[in-house]
Amino acid sequence: MNAIDEQRRKVAKENGAQDAESWSASMRAAMRRLLTRRAGPVVADEMPAGTSAIDDLPAASLAAAVPDPLYVFNRNAEILYANEAADRAFGATVAGGSLRLKFRAPEMHELIAKATGGGEESVAINYAERVPVERAYRVVASRIGKDTGLFVLLFKDQSEARRIDRMRADFIANASHELRTPLASVAGFIETLRGPARDDPKARENFLQIMHNQTQRMARLIDDLLSLSRLEMKPYTKPGGRVDIVQLLDGVVESMRHLAGESGVTIEKALPSTPIFVAGNSDELVQVFENLLENACKYGGSGGRIVVSAEQKGPMEEVRATVRDFGPGIAEEHIPRITERFYRVDVETSRAQKGTGLGLSIVKHILTRHDARLSVKSRVGEGAAFTVHFPPLPPSPAASQDS
Amino acid sequence: MQTQHIMRSFDDELKYLADQIAAMGGYAERMVAEAVEALIQSDTGLARKVVADDAFLDEKEREIGERAVIIIGRRQPMAADLREIVGAIRISSDLERIGDLGKNIAKRVVAVTEGKQPVRLFRGLEALAGLALTQLKEVLDVYASRSVERIGFVRDRDEEIDAMYTSLFRELLTYMMEDPRNITACTHLLFCAKNIERIGDHATNIAETVHHIVTGRQLPLERPKEDKSHKIVAGPNSS
Repeated sequence: MNAIDEQRRKVAKENGAQDAESWSASMRAAMRRLLTRRAGPVVADEMPAGTSAIDDLPAASLAAAVPDPLYVFNRNAEILYANEAADRAFGATVAGGSLRLKFRAPEMHELIAKATGGGEESVAINYAERVPVERAYRVVASRIGKDTGLFVLLFKDQSEARRIDRMRADFIANASHELRTPLASVAGFIETLRGPARDDPKARENFLQIMHNQTQRMARLIDDLLSLSRLEMKPYTKPGGRVDIVQLLDGVVESMRHLAGESGVTIEKALPSTPIFVAGNSDELVQVFENLLENACKYGGSGGRIVVSAEQKGPMEEVRATVRDFGPGIAEEHIPRITERFYRVDVETSRAQKGTGLGLSIVKHILTRHDARLSVKSRVGEGAAFTVHFPPLPPSPAASQDS
Repeated sequence: MQTQHIMRSFDDELKYLADQIAAMGGYAERMVAEAVEALIQSDTGLARKVVADDAFLDEKEREIGERAVIIIGRRQPMAADLREIVGAIRISSDLERIGDLGKNIAKRVVAVTEGKQPVRLFRGLEALAGLALTQLKEVLDVYASRSVERIGFVRDRDEEIDAMYTSLFRELLTYMMEDPRNITACTHLLFCAKNIERIGDHATNIAETVHHIVTGRQLPLERPKEDKSHKIVAGPNSS
């Protein structure tokens, strides 16, 4: 015997005028409404009342099957039933406990007052919990049936959308901060050139060079910001193409030879002779490995060489592509954070190397879209290895033709 | 508002009191969260709203006090029932104080955000507020569920809040020494931090009251006190 059946009897007794039977019928109707609202009107059309199995289902088992937190309460806002999802999200409740004590936010009290006050059949609000983790819900309170004196409170989780909004806001704040520094520097030099340094050709040349560097830094930053926000516009849709990662790496290495030469680094290739295909967009993956190689040259260049390798141990094994440098390495405490935007292990080096603080963020973003992930292994003094792990390509008839 | 609520039984009266405490708790939680948000986002509109919200708490505290007195007079309750009613009076006054502290933070928003302040000034305060809000939510949840076995956490967290407050005090002092232009904002932020720390103390008070309501026993007296900020000086060696 479960709680809701007991409560059903109790409530039926209290209401007097109606028996348990009519209550359970209206409860079922309400639950059906609840379910059809979620699944679309098709269910209602295909299952006319009276002929389908749904009429024989106990209300509690229906409520338990709802994956979102759900409470059934009465006119006094006493909780009569909470499903498992509700207990998981908001902690256990005792039958008869006060819903107003459970959800204290003023907007929730208003919602409960509106729902129990009669009038509208259902009312909805947005509800957010700030601590301990930020959670946001769309909450609907609906009357069950015509005069059961019962109500249902249903929570729809919207935390993810909210988090993305917040991320975007943080991002804008960061970006404007990053742009302000070079801008202030340029403005300062213009002032100096107009004033004290007006007739000093040597200083003028010097300052103009610095201003040139700063404007270039802003341009790079804007480029990176744009490509990052372009990536954000099309999140979690996996690119459909097929790419030979060996050929792609070969191309990227050749195009980076110039930069490597400038940094005094030689790039060694440890690539297999046969192609390895992964699912992905070739332009985006080129950007991933360009960024990784650029980082290796800039920050690991002191090691003198970089090794680019790719391997797949078996036909259904993951594909690994690694860029390894032999530079100073990255301290342990920085590794979990280096893909954060504008996170810099060493601000001075990053500025000197014309880094924007966004390269690895872009890498991580692209890889997330590809269902791939980045792992970093490093020890101080022994260089760093950045490995991209791709899931194996599912076997398809096209694959055998291509290879 | 349900002021003309018709009382049927003693139980209903007690439930009504608890619901009013819940309403106050909800307002207090929201006020503190929004005051800190207004501070961080430089949102003076939100700050004004927080200041206005305080009237609700003042009114409710009075209402609970009056109603509690009427219940005691009319019903002559004993033991657990009496503790419940007296506890409600005490909790409502703690919540009212929390509202005042939240309001005080909101009032400082204009002064703090007059000049554009760097984000780093607020980071510590945001974390401190997160701790205090979690504390407040936890104790009100304990009041709702009567699960006093969780009260140990509450006292532990109070210690954490105090440690955090002490470190924040030091940090803000550093900013003031770095650049005298920071002094106005940092002084206000110091008061805000102190307010948040006080909110944590009131939350701990509520936890003790709830413990008394449910078990009939007082929690042991020695209460963690970790606010060492009275020892911090802006000497040449402090960093």
